[in-house]
Amino acid sequence: MIAHLILRRLLGAIPSLVAVVVVTFLLTRALPGDPAAYFAGPAATPQAIEEIRHKLGLDKSLPLQFVDYLGDLARGEFGQSLTTGQPVAQDILARLPASVELTLAGLILALIVALPLGVAAATRPGSWIDHLARVVSTAGVSLPVFFTGLLLVYVFYYLLGWAPAPMGRLDLFTSAPRTITGFFLIDSLLTGEFATFRAAAAQLTLPALTLALFSVAPLARMTRASMLGVLSSDFVRTARANGLSRGTVLVTYALRNALLPVVTTLGMVFSFLLGANVLVEKVFSWPGIGSYAIEALVASDYAPVQGFILTMAVLYVTLNLLIDVLYGLIDPRVRIEA
Amino acid sequence: MNPTLRHIRHVLSENPVTGLAFAGFAAILLLALFGPLIAPYDPLASNTDQALRAPCWEYWFGTDHLGRDIFSRVIVATRLDVQISLAAVALSFALGAPLGICAGWYGGRTDRMIGRVVDTIMAFPLFVLAMGIVAALGNSVVNIVYATAIINMPFYARMARAETNARREAGFVEAARLSGNGDARILAAHIFPNILPPMMVQVSLNLGYAILNAAGLSFIGLGVRPPTPEWGIMVAEGSAYIVSGEWCVALFPGLALMLAVFCFNLLGDGLRDIIDPRRRT
Repeated sequence: MIAHLILRRLLGAIPSLVAVVVVTFLLTRALPGDPAAYFAGPAATPQAIEEIRHKLGLDKSLPLQFVDYLGDLARGEFGQSLTTGQPVAQDILARLPASVELTLAGLILALIVALPLGVAAATRPGSWIDHLARVVSTAGVSLPVFFTGLLLVYVFYYLLGWAPAPMGRLDLFTSAPRTITGFFLIDSLLTGEFATFRAAAAQLTLPALTLALFSVAPLARMTRASMLGVLSSDFVRTARANGLSRGTVLVTYALRNALLPVVTTLGMVFSFLLGANVLVEKVFSWPGIGSYAIEALVASDYAPVQGFILTMAVLYVTLNLLIDVLYGLIDPRVRIEA
Repeated sequence: MNPTLRHIRHVLSENPVTGLAFAGFAAILLLALFGPLIAPYDPLASNTDQALRAPCWEYWFGTDHLGRDIFSRVIVATRLDVQISLAAVALSFALGAPLGICAGWYGGRTDRMIGRVVDTIMAFPLFVLAMGIVAALGNSVVNIVYATAIINMPFYARMARAETNARREAGFVEAARLSGNGDARILAAHIFPNILPPMMVQVSLNLGYAILNAAGLSFIGLGVRPPTPEWGIMVAEGSAYIVSGEWCVALFPGLALMLAVFCFNLLGDGLRDIIDPRRRT
């Protein structure tokens, strides 16, 4: 049954993937600059440029070029980065764990804050905690994420000296742990390098906090709204009337049901998080794919930008797929309908 | 007194924050209109003797690394930021509303096709798509407006679709049809004015997002180029000085940006209170 559900969701994600690939291709072809002229060099004759264009397949019709593009993608060819001199796919693969680790850390932090805050606000509407939740969620969506990041750096690095300099995933004196998953926090624990773990956690704290501050708002808002709805429902009243403890009613009965809309919101939150990630990476010199794309954009090096957009989009489609499956797992009704 | 006005006054007296949001919005518009006249210094004039000064009587917000007055730059930047977000939101409204209305009204194939376009945009993380669009169209302010408009379009299309769909069978629509109105006239003269109020709420909430998006793009070096005063790029310029403790270069433009977005969001919530009492926050 669950396998059936997952398969259905997988099939459902195919149109999004196709759309993403087509749009990325069209954006690629619209990018400024003539790759043929670039590869031919400044002294090339028009004839030489034409020859290279033919060799690159750029003189074919757009649909044929699209087929070539699909072939390249299937072979994992994203082109060559002019700035790093490496194949883009290799660069992105090397930098992806940094971005994913940061995004997930931010999301987990946000959930840890947002869920209790939303529940507390919903159980005591009109109280100070409800007002606090409202202020936090309005302020949270108004804060430019790059600005919050800089404020945190100023307060916790410059003024208080609690945080390390915002210079990437590790300070200069610590070497990276052996790559197992690519996540420094997990790898350093697996290899038992606790000093590295502490250093990596210290570097991660501020950027993750920045992302969390930004995503607490929609999550807390949704938790509060959906908890309010569930708490006034019949089954919660029945559970209370049967004398179940407050904790059981709140967590097992109310929160489990209230989480469904929150899980749906996660899709939108991820869209914002992945975008905000780019800005946070720039602020904290985080060596992820966002800062890679920014460096490439500034240098007018477009192959990495394409690779970045495609990676982000595929990542986002995958995350949405996971959310869909998760939704099916926590809500038995979806499974039965499927 | 006019009942609408009375209702607005009632809602405002219940939630004074909304009044504040309206006042803030007016202030932002005034700054956008008259900013260059109010600014005490030329926002582009550099004076390296006075570089990186802390706020003082002479320079209220201090000076940046080229000795330019930050207060003047923050004020003058209002116009560009407001222009970008207003233009982007107007454009996405103009694109999204008709598409959504058609999808909601005709249903069937039209709905599926428009839905496909909307889903395609939403399949990307929106800021990343905006980066891609600006990279593809070329690095300019106009293209930032286009990119912001495109990524916001789905919200209007979806909302217009849902609101139109809900009114398709409404009595006033039947009446209009029976009086011999064609589809186009019903959509333009009956459906559109009816879905306008909830759409306006979306517009004001979206203004904040559009400003954030545009500032984010210029923060990473897209669109607006130095030395043009713009909040996002000013924060980017200031970011280099944060680690050495010169906070005012980044703080004041960032605060201005934050206040503007905060104000637009509160305005949206307030408008929603006025328009739809059921959805009061």
